[in-house]
Amino acid sequence: MSAVEADLKAYLAAQEKKSFLRFLTCGSVDDGKSTLIGRLLYDTKLLFEDQLAALEKDSKKHGTTGDDIDFALLVDGLEAEREQGITIDVAYRFFATDKRKFIVADTPGHEQYTRNMATGASNSDLAVILIDARKGVLTQTRRHAYIVSLLGIRHVVLAVNKIDLVDFSETVFRTIVAAFESFAKPLGFASITPIPLSARFGDNVIAKSAQMPWFEGPALLPYLETIDVSTALADKPFRMPVQWVNRPNLDFRGFAGTIVSGRVRPGDVVVVAKSGRTSSVTRIVTMDGDVTEAVAGEAVTITLADEIDISRGDVIAAASARPEVTDQFAAHLIWMADEEMLPGRPYMLKLGTATVPAQITDLKYKTDVNTLAHNAGKTLHLNEVGYANLSLTQPLAFDAYRENRDMGGFVLIDRFSNATVGAGMIDFGLRRATNVHWQALDVAKSSRAGLKGQRPVILWFTGLSGSGKSTVANLVERALFAEGKHTYMLDGDNVRHGLNRDLGFTDADRVENIRRVAEAAKLFVDAGTIVLVSFISPFRSERRMARELVEPGEFIEIFVDTPIEVCMQRDPKGLYQKAMAGEIKNFTGIDSPYEAPEHPELTINTAEAEPASHAAAIVAYLKEAGYV
Amino acid sequence: MSSRHTVISHLRRLEAESIHIMREVVAEFRNPVMLYSIGKDSSVMLHLAMKAFYPSKPPFPLLHVDTTWKFREMISFRDETAKRLGLDLLVHVNEEGVKRGINPFDSGSSLHTQVMKTEALKQALDKWGFDAAFGGARRDEEKSRAKERIFSFRTAAHAWDPKSQRPELWRVYNTRINKGESIRVFPLSNWTELDIWQYILMEQIPIVPLYFAKHRPIVARDGMLMMLDDDRMKLKPGEKVEHRLVRFRTLGCYPLTGAIESSAATLEDIVTEMFTATTSERQGRLIDHDEKSSMEKKKKEGYF
Repeated sequence: MSAVEADLKAYLAAQEKKSFLRFLTCGSVDDGKSTLIGRLLYDTKLLFEDQLAALEKDSKKHGTTGDDIDFALLVDGLEAEREQGITIDVAYRFFATDKRKFIVADTPGHEQYTRNMATGASNSDLAVILIDARKGVLTQTRRHAYIVSLLGIRHVVLAVNKIDLVDFSETVFRTIVAAFESFAKPLGFASITPIPLSARFGDNVIAKSAQMPWFEGPALLPYLETIDVSTALADKPFRMPVQWVNRPNLDFRGFAGTIVSGRVRPGDVVVVAKSGRTSSVTRIVTMDGDVTEAVAGEAVTITLADEIDISRGDVIAAASARPEVTDQFAAHLIWMADEEMLPGRPYMLKLGTATVPAQITDLKYKTDVNTLAHNAGKTLHLNEVGYANLSLTQPLAFDAYRENRDMGGFVLIDRFSNATVGAGMIDFGLRRATNVHWQALDVAKSSRAGLKGQRPVILWFTGLSGSGKSTVANLVERALFAEGKHTYMLDGDNVRHGLNRDLGFTDADRVENIRRVAEAAKLFVDAGTIVLVSFISPFRSERRMARELVEPGEFIEIFVDTPIEVCMQRDPKGLYQKAMAGEIKNFTGIDSPYEAPEHPELTINTAEAEPASHAAAIVAYLKEAGYV
Repeated sequence: MSSRHTVISHLRRLEAESIHIMREVVAEFRNPVMLYSIGKDSSVMLHLAMKAFYPSKPPFPLLHVDTTWKFREMISFRDETAKRLGLDLLVHVNEEGVKRGINPFDSGSSLHTQVMKTEALKQALDKWGFDAAFGGARRDEEKSRAKERIFSFRTAAHAWDPKSQRPELWRVYNTRINKGESIRVFPLSNWTELDIWQYILMEQIPIVPLYFAKHRPIVARDGMLMMLDDDRMKLKPGEKVEHRLVRFRTLGCYPLTGAIESSAATLEDIVTEMFTATTSERQGRLIDHDEKSSMEKKKKEGYF
């Protein structure tokens, strides 16, 4: 082996062992942030001759440092930025020393760029917060520290820059550090490392400066080279959000994804978080052959011992330590769009590889990013931060953001413009039963239904009070029972005596009333039963919710379209009379709306024909469609 | 078979990130394509795609936008590669540009690039209706690239608006688009030039032989060492062809790509040369030097 080859080998071996740090720098326009990064690139000899020549040329034209090189011009990449002398977007920079490779997210400091800072922070393990020594801790310093803590960064360098302009004063430095530490205490950083420096002249950047003999701490670069930021993700429970199911042929079914925590080996028992199905890992497949273990950070393809249903958006997890599964949680939100956030509006929520419709149900408070005060508010505007409850249309597997960024960080997407309008960090699941996992049962719905010789379905009768829903439903059930079918009737009045007796008749209670009934009906369907639901159920959105709870084809909406005049005339329980007299509030058809179905499977009018003939028609429909 | 480990190496981390990005695209887009420019970055990107979907083949075609001025060795390497890996290769030429006689010598690099690369790329994307296109660009290449997202949204007119880029957090990529819009995806965003070479060496990835030093016919013009690749290049008065030991750090249209003097004839030599390099790789390219902010301008117009 020649000397060069030996050198190369040693070099490559050293490269392979190098550790890695992603950090962000935050500071305002004049704090010298871009100058500091330019200085790091320059001093670590990461600049090539042609780049230096261009820099010298640019410095003369746009520079703000007289005849000296203006390092900021190295990193302010976009035209608008060079013209205005500001940094408006996140820029990523790369440099390396003998010990480490670095990716720097250079982020803008203005309040109107809070979203860009959050973006840069989301993938960083450490933050360098710049302060101008002449100005001390400012409102923006507090904002930077808060955003950084919100995004889960645990290590902070407080870079007190331009120390040369205050005569390298220890007193100034100590005052600033004390002010910052008292402010940052509630933010819970694992470490705060203050360093006095001059980015322009290089003091305390790559080596200790002779100008500040009183400073006993490390220079910036040696500190960045040695700080341990590991979050021990490999030692946490196994999690792999499934990206893609790999099926090259009938004999191979692999699940491709990136391991976001823990480790996996063939033989490990795993669970599909949402369905509760368990299996064991058979192979970890790569193009270079199977491997015996894979750890957090690796993109893998695994195969399982059992043919279980898994698709994109599922999370394969350690069976012994499962993620939570819920459809409601509390989260911190950062709003990133010009259009304000609207509670109740459906957004698409993307968490890991799963995308589901979601809405913000309740904004608990807005955080003033400058004072950390909690203020009441109905909406969030661009760059505002808040704490809210969210509700999803279907449950997701997650871990709290503080435990695992990939399992707890999500974005919100506008359904029309497709813009990313917000980002969120899950704090905790809202359902008390967060540790009750859906139990996968060995006897499936289809087996139960098969035994009964029928296809389970919900017959959902909707219509005004007195329209004849219960009468017809009752006749249908009798006819089915006579043919030996398994049925059950959920009647509005009966359910309100028990399951729903805590509910009144406000819109909110009506929505909850229907939700519970729909969930109960779903369980009956799962049991293989034909379930008849007879409820006024006046709102389209709740009927749609009930329909979406079950599989396609398991929900038949029957609109009992009897004119209100006929219903009022019948008035079997005397309710219309009371409502007209004002003795009952929120009565459907009188002082509460009824939203007629737009596309019911069946429509009947009991004023035009006898209930028995309607019932016979419904039974005939079920036979024709193959339910019975 | 690998042994128990806790932290994965730098290159393995980059590899995993790129694979993750490619899988997101395949899972979420209707009709993706991989822009294959035949250079070293494309070679790495293609190798990563082979890994990402193994044992399946990458479920998308390769697209080469041919300006008709690529080095001949690049074209033969392109065809061999597609054949060796068993992948679909689509080639598109802007025939209208050919008819208009656009070429890098007479039209200038700027117009040539605009018509034969940028326009041609847009034609190709429209022709096959691709909704996502992988490109091998890296953030360390150039200043405006450093600010581009990994998933870079393009309007129906293929334009990039640097001021309204989608925030990109964690590993969560917003892949949603409306009809006619598309996304350019850069799986190598976080790789540096040195990472690329180390990875090629580690994985023994085949690359175009032009990257290795050899005696080649060279003309010095405008401070660049140009290789005489075919008879379309006419010598100017006073120019003469010399056979010099050169190689290329980047590859593009041969009249726009300068060679460097080098004796690095193996991958090991190249990596060794890399840690003593004193100029950046794009220095060999005319295209970035045309005018200030030229890359940002080209990208706004739809260049990759």
